[in-house]
Amino acid sequence: MAKLTFNSDLCKGCGLCVDACPKQLIVLAKDKINAKGHSPAEITDQEKCIGCAFCATMCPDCIITVER
Amino acid sequence: MAVVFEKPKALTDAPFHYCPGCTHGIIHRLVAEAIDELGIEGKTVGVAPVGCAVMAYDYFACDMVEAAHGRAPAVATGIKRALPENIVFTYQGDGDLASIGMAETVHAATRNENITIIFVNNAIYGMTGGQMAPTSLPGQVTQTSPYGRDVKTQGFPIKVSELLSSLDAPEYIERVAVNNVKNVNKAKKAIKKAFQNQIEGKGFSLVEVVSSCPTNWGMTPSKALQWVDEKMIPYYPLGVYRDKSAEKKED
Amino acid sequence: MGEKVLMKGNEAIAEAAIKAGCRHYFGYPITPQTELAAYMAKRMPKIGGVFLQAESEVAAINMVYGVAGTGKRVMTSSSSPGVSLKQEGISYIAGADLPALIVNVQRGGPGLGGIQPSQSDYFQATKGGGHGDYRLIVLAPASVQEMADLTVKGFDLSDKYCVPAMLLADGTMGQMMEPVDLEGITETKTEKPWAVTGTEGKRKHNIVNSLYLNPEKLEQKNFERYETYKTIEQNECMWESFMMDDAEICVVAFGIAARVSKNAVVAARKEGIKVGLIRPITLWPFPKAPLAQAADKVKGFISVELSMGQMIEDVKLAIDCRKPVALCNRTGGMIPTPEQVLASIRNMAKEDT
Repeated sequence: MAKLTFNSDLCKGCGLCVDACPKQLIVLAKDKINAKGHSPAEITDQEKCIGCAFCATMCPDCIITVER
Repeated sequence: MAVVFEKPKALTDAPFHYCPGCTHGIIHRLVAEAIDELGIEGKTVGVAPVGCAVMAYDYFACDMVEAAHGRAPAVATGIKRALPENIVFTYQGDGDLASIGMAETVHAATRNENITIIFVNNAIYGMTGGQMAPTSLPGQVTQTSPYGRDVKTQGFPIKVSELLSSLDAPEYIERVAVNNVKNVNKAKKAIKKAFQNQIEGKGFSLVEVVSSCPTNWGMTPSKALQWVDEKMIPYYPLGVYRDKSAEKKED
Repeated sequence: MGEKVLMKGNEAIAEAAIKAGCRHYFGYPITPQTELAAYMAKRMPKIGGVFLQAESEVAAINMVYGVAGTGKRVMTSSSSPGVSLKQEGISYIAGADLPALIVNVQRGGPGLGGIQPSQSDYFQATKGGGHGDYRLIVLAPASVQEMADLTVKGFDLSDKYCVPAMLLADGTMGQMMEPVDLEGITETKTEKPWAVTGTEGKRKHNIVNSLYLNPEKLEQKNFERYETYKTIEQNECMWESFMMDDAEICVVAFGIAARVSKNAVVAARKEGIKVGLIRPITLWPFPKAPLAQAADKVKGFISVELSMGQMIEDVKLAIDCRKPVALCNRTGGMIPTPEQVLASIRNMAKEDT
């Protein structure tokens, strides 16, 4: 059981978290644009998240908080 | 549930100005995590460079000094000599450290100045828009090497870790990369060690971090990290180039 | 008055700095200021201070910048070509509003020039030297005693206003030996809440910086700094008036040139020429008021300099060009003789007004 929280306002949509997720659970939201004009990253299936924090490890903007 | 990963306390709330996918943010975080874990924020003074990380003084929560281009090791020397009980680090890019500031770097190293240097090598001048750096690879296309770096006229890249480890004095020199989770974790260990060495009074510790510049390399962030793996790391082999204390133990 | 000791000018600066609480010195060898560095190298380790021979003048001034940021008294010294190299750091120190003392024991220029005394860095010292809108407090000693006293003054003023100070001496002053009284010099302590000493978790982080990407903020910062400069101009001008009461000719000279000029003034008085001397002790702020006052009475001024004529521009500005200003000079390491200055005085005395 794990939980990811994205500080979406600060996401730059670089996608490094998408690459890092071993379960391919993260995507860049196609239907959203944040205040900075980026499509922010989000998790598709929270239930499947293993809380490995790989996404947060590769996030250059420290926008992901991981709870486990 | 407990928080297992969050923004470290040694970073302020100011959002990074870096381009999307720029690994400066990861390296900032690693430095801040080391400061948090060692509990030294209150006595740390950081020195920011000129280059993309020029505004690092807004991001680190410890006291900060903004240095002139390349002069961070000299500025840090002054601070450390005045405040020997404090922890002093510099955060510098390749143009800053290996071009205009090479003399300051080499001499701080050869004095075994008890400071920590985080050296970000992304093989290009980012802030000014992508000119050739002292670490640009042979053949690398940049704004000032538009036909690819020609080693006959533009020289070879400088391998800073190898060069500095030819000196007798430095305590610790390691080259790491931040292109994947495994390497980021290794980089974190190295950065923490570089601070720990200073706490123990061991002397000059430099961590060269091979990183990316998606914007000026003209690649997606993902492709840029692939380029680090395929092009940068073969030219700049990762590993420990100097660890005096460990070498002594072996003797 | 304490006991006087015989010292070289360069050494007097060093010992006065130590007595004023300076424990950090960074330098690079260059003639003719080397005794200062050598003195610091000997003394600093014995009193728990730092002497560091840097890899270059550029590095030395940036080490100064680092220490200045921590709020501790710090200095560097060099001679003309070396001071040119320091200009980058001096501009940053000024831009970050830090106190520091820079000593320039001038030699002839431009370029490598020579190693004999000169005053040809006057423009560099008083008009900026490095890039940007800024000033240095510039002090010009004319005796070994003043080498010491103005060193202390430099530290005090620099701390008081957070403006870097420069002691502008020359090769003769540096090498000259005179009795000097160093007793009674103490450190004036100044609160420095802006210093980077570690937050100790008790305050927001301090930042020592000269970068303002927002032009409005940079303009505002420069405006504020120039308000400080205005205060300094109002409060800190120093000069010596010599035989000016009934003077009809005013010689203006500083440093070694003032010593030579004094002899010439005395000699001219013996010939019945009513001449006096105004010796600026602060070159910035430049003592405009006494010169403007003198302009009401005298028929002309003579600027005596070891340069092609640099201070003469400030003399003309100070008196709004109301009276003629002649130049009496030598350059390239040569020093005007009292006879040369006397000849200039006689010339001006002869001219009709």
